Amino acid sequence: MLTAFDNFPALLIWLPLLGALLAFFLRREGVAGRWALLSSLITFGVTVASLFFQGAQHYALTQVSYVWLPDIGSSFTLSLDGISWILCLLNAVSFPLILAFSLGSPRDRPHVFYGLMLLAQTGLNGVFLCIDALGFYFFWELALIPVYFLASLWGGERRVQAAFKFFLYTFAGSVLMLAGILWIQMRTADQSFSLASFYRANLDPAEQAWLFWAFFLAFAIKMPIFPFHTWQPDAYEQSDSPVTMVLSGVMVKMGVFALMRWLLPLFPDAFKRFDEWVILLCIVGMVYASCIAMVQDDLKRMVAYSSIAHIGLMAAAVFTVQAEAWHGVLVQMFNHGINIIGLWMVVARIEAQLGVRKISALGGLAQKAPSLAILLTVIALANIALPLTNAFVGEFLMFNGLYRHNPWYAGAAGLSIILSAVYMLNMIRNVFLGGTNTMTENFADISLRHRILLSLIVLTILFCGVHPEPMLSLVEQTSDLILKRVLTR
Amino acid sequence: MIRFIYLVPLLPLLGFLLNGLGRKAFSRKAVSVIGVGTVLLAFGISLSLFFETLPEGFLPQTVKLADFIDTGRVKIPFSLLVDRLSVLFLLIITSVGSLIHLYSTAYMQEEATSDYARYFSYLNLFVFSMLVLVLGAGFVTMFIGWEGVGLCSYLLIGFWFRNPAYNDAAKKAFVMNRIGDLGFLLAVFWMLARFGTAEFSGVFEQAPEATAAVLTGITLLLFVGATGKSAQIPLFTWLPDAMAGPTPVSALIHAATMVTAGIYMIARSHVLFNLAPITQTVIAVTGLATALLAASIALRQHDIKKVLAYSTVSQLGYMFLGLGVGAYTGAVFHVMTHAFFKALLFLGAGSVIHAMHHEQDIRRMGGLAARMPVTHLTFLLACLAISGLPPFSGFFSKDEILMAALAKHPAYYLFGLAGALMTAFYMFRLYAMTFRGAFRGSAEQAAHVHESPMAMTLPLMVLAVFSVAGGWLGIPEVIWPGAHRLAAYLAPVLAGDDGEALNVAHLSHATEWALMGGSTLAILAVVAFAWRRFSQSPSTEEKPSTGLAALLDNKWLLDECYAWLVVRPLQAISRYLSDILERNIIDGLVNGIGRGVQYISRQLRLLQSGQVGSYLFIMVFCMVLFFIVQMFWKP
Amino acid sequence: MPINYYLFLSLALFSIGVAGVLARRNALIVFMCIELMLNAVNLLLVAFSRMHHTAAVLLDPTSKAGAEAQILVFFIMVVAAAEVTVGLAIIVMLYRNIRSVDINFLNRLKY
Repeated sequence: MLTAFDNFPALLIWLPLLGALLAFFLRREGVAGRWALLSSLITFGVTVASLFFQGAQHYALTQVSYVWLPDIGSSFTLSLDGISWILCLLNAVSFPLILAFSLGSPRDRPHVFYGLMLLAQTGLNGVFLCIDALGFYFFWELALIPVYFLASLWGGERRVQAAFKFFLYTFAGSVLMLAGILWIQMRTADQSFSLASFYRANLDPAEQAWLFWAFFLAFAIKMPIFPFHTWQPDAYEQSDSPVTMVLSGVMVKMGVFALMRWLLPLFPDAFKRFDEWVILLCIVGMVYASCIAMVQDDLKRMVAYSSIAHIGLMAAAVFTVQAEAWHGVLVQMFNHGINIIGLWMVVARIEAQLGVRKISALGGLAQKAPSLAILLTVIALANIALPLTNAFVGEFLMFNGLYRHNPWYAGAAGLSIILSAVYMLNMIRNVFLGGTNTMTENFADISLRHRILLSLIVLTILFCGVHPEPMLSLVEQTSDLILKRVLTR
Repeated sequence: MIRFIYLVPLLPLLGFLLNGLGRKAFSRKAVSVIGVGTVLLAFGISLSLFFETLPEGFLPQTVKLADFIDTGRVKIPFSLLVDRLSVLFLLIITSVGSLIHLYSTAYMQEEATSDYARYFSYLNLFVFSMLVLVLGAGFVTMFIGWEGVGLCSYLLIGFWFRNPAYNDAAKKAFVMNRIGDLGFLLAVFWMLARFGTAEFSGVFEQAPEATAAVLTGITLLLFVGATGKSAQIPLFTWLPDAMAGPTPVSALIHAATMVTAGIYMIARSHVLFNLAPITQTVIAVTGLATALLAASIALRQHDIKKVLAYSTVSQLGYMFLGLGVGAYTGAVFHVMTHAFFKALLFLGAGSVIHAMHHEQDIRRMGGLAARMPVTHLTFLLACLAISGLPPFSGFFSKDEILMAALAKHPAYYLFGLAGALMTAFYMFRLYAMTFRGAFRGSAEQAAHVHESPMAMTLPLMVLAVFSVAGGWLGIPEVIWPGAHRLAAYLAPVLAGDDGEALNVAHLSHATEWALMGGSTLAILAVVAFAWRRFSQSPSTEEKPSTGLAALLDNKWLLDECYAWLVVRPLQAISRYLSDILERNIIDGLVNGIGRGVQYISRQLRLLQSGQVGSYLFIMVFCMVLFFIVQMFWKP
Repeated sequence: MPINYYLFLSLALFSIGVAGVLARRNALIVFMCIELMLNAVNLLLVAFSRMHHTAAVLLDPTSKAGAEAQILVFFIMVVAAAEVTVGLAIIVMLYRNIRSVDINFLNRLKY
């Protein structure tokens, strides 16, 4: 079965789904977590294996199609090409890391927790793989719902409010998208939901305009782009850390991915009318979020705002429609996911030991936990895109694209480069350096498990930073193909 | 040997990895051997490379190691450029670097072993980054080293991380460098957009075709990058604070090598700068202003390292003046001589600080000449060199820059000379207060003062030899025709295609002799005055200074200005955004929608009165309404 | 017979039903009035069905036009019957609880 390349997209959906369903029944202590880890490792293995079966062409358009709802023109079509590959890879890499990390901390109803986690992975893979609009919408929600339960059942005191806000906010966006999808389906020649028919749909400029904004709103809330971002700091702050990792590491990438796969190729005319506005919005958001991150006293909120700034750059780069910028975005989606998962791990370890996330209350951890400090420093440097760390490649290409689009934009967005250094180094200074206080005096260094996990992340950071070529060549062809569609319409 | 050029940066990287990973396992001796040995080996390779570049007709070679980024229109290889300029810098970095590594083995003796290993791993990482910076064959490769040295500078300034003030200094250095780096990056993007490449060869080849506006823009942005790294106005205030790091670090990073990266970068891209006269003027003026400003601040500093730091800023200003007037060889020459004598000064200061139990205030020193003969003598030689007295090295390099400045505009020369006089004054003030007169420290310190161990004095002696003799590589035409070896060596790189000699000064020999003699006499007079004035009076009295002196004491209030103009407004805006705009307006709007829906629902709920009669009435009423509407509805 | 007769009869029945629903307080009578309204509609359906059928047969003797309305009538009857069972059950329960079938006492099901 593995030899047939065509089966990979399907496997990437069924494997985690099977794992999730099984996990719900493993009520015995500690079994569910291990099973989930094993299942995610299998998914990882299959994803990596699929890379070796890719053959010559990257834009494989390998499709697996199931008949789903033939009467309304929807079939369950999955395709594995460059851009879905890199995101599935991110999904496959991050889940074992997250699950292995969360195994260390006990929680009640673990079977439900791990089942929902794997269900979320299924949904995420589906979003990246499905090229049928209705299926895409289905997976979009399938990814949302488990995460809603995860966020509202485990986490901080105000988790229910935060999760509810997150759910309603993103759901409101997706409903707009659903309306848009149904509208386009009526406008297709063959009344079908398939991506190919959608691309050929006959939409006049006025229709494109409102559909553009309907889709954009759904994706903008998901990413999130300023000013639709306010669910995010609350959700990140209140959720359990593995959930936060899924949310910020993988889930927010859905939005950026959907811009590339759906929004821009579907509405090229509308996009040409509004691109400047969107880019401006993104850049304002980048600087805005960086400024706010600078004065945050809560570790989690600081990381959350820093993530908003980074995502803003990705979205802006997508809208420049420069080929290199797109490659940069795709590579950066992977790298940002890895980096931010690392940051959350560090934050979670500090909070687990001290019960405190206030930056001003901490200090001197580097003396007590040198390994944690070193690993964090590398991750923080990657977060501010120092050369030879993974984020530099993506940010360089994205800024390059932004520059080609409009040099002033690159200059304005560049302010966030400076600000990111300010807030990251502030954090290092206040949390890790300096003298210890009564609270941090008894801080112990991280355990071997966490050391291994963070080291793996650091190794990935360095490898992808020094040798980004494989990843770039993975995405190039698909990205250029989609871009050609956007530009030549 | 050129095939193995990658070994030069690779060896220090290896040292970094070994010492960094094995910081708990290795003994102090092993750490020292790895730390010093890797840089020394790199020096050996550089030396053999140097001999390879010596023969006439040596052609620059680019060694491509691998592709870094190759996607779409962006093609960036990892490639190293071996030409006479980069090899010269290799020699400076690895020679001064290995001496300072050696010196550190004694200076950092008091640290715990793991900290000791951490120190050496950072230092090795710095050497690696610096070597990448000068070897890179394109602006992006250079940028990798450029940011790398900034990182190492950050790590080493904050090496004693338990002290919050040191961490602040480290952070300040990194952030100010980043401001410059943004300029550098934008210049790189501009080049990529305009020329399609950021490799030196491609850019320089196409540069003449670009319009003056483009070139001026690119070079100005590059210069912004240089002001950050090389501590020029307006981004120089980090360098004096950077003295928080261990003294050998100040010698290596903040005097000899990293801060000269900006000069290297501009000399390397002189093709672009030659085509942008506006930028050249900006550079010359900025350099001159920085030289004077920093020298004026140095006049009244009491911290031995702070004086040297401001002196470094001032000397860097001279180098930029040289670059601005087109004397690239002169600037590079001054980089070289400055690396020797300033490293020597810092190491000498380190030796004093070491002997004085981490006392850095020169008002509590004095009379150390007898106690520390080697340190004293080498320090004196370095002071003579930096003051620009013949035949010490500083004389030749400074003279070359000033002569070129005169040829461009007499005002440059006059201000430059004023700066040189200030330099002589504060250096000999420093020297006299430290080594002459009576000892003013505590009794405990008096009992402890001693000459430093061999590992520290040996580098001092070697550097002293270079500080004296280093200038003889560039004896001006007027004294000894054809003896400017350095200009001849660098000519293929820096002279450009038109074959014009780089020594742009076209002054008559008589003028040059007269100016040389005059300036030497003036400097001698200042030296003598400072020596006498500060050797005798104990000058420990603390009377509050007024007027200009107070302004100088407060460093022209520049840090305060930046705090008021940039830092505080930014903080205030961010607070406003975070506390008012974000919480009340944006999130308020989102929550407001939710609250509005709740409010409306609460009002609508009242319709559910529980009275069946009212339900029925509403039902029938709506039915009737429906009929009526349908009746009058004309679509 | 002209269709008007049926129409007026149906309208009368429906109006009586509406008036009863609005005016009476006894749950059973309200219920019966609702049935009255339903049956008024049934009557309309049957009448129109017949009318359409007669008209269609003139053109095509095999026509089955109007049959759907008859089916719909049966459908309504079945639904009404189901509704009666549920409704009556509710009324019986109501009577058991408050010993009355006056709908004005039924005011506890609110916000």
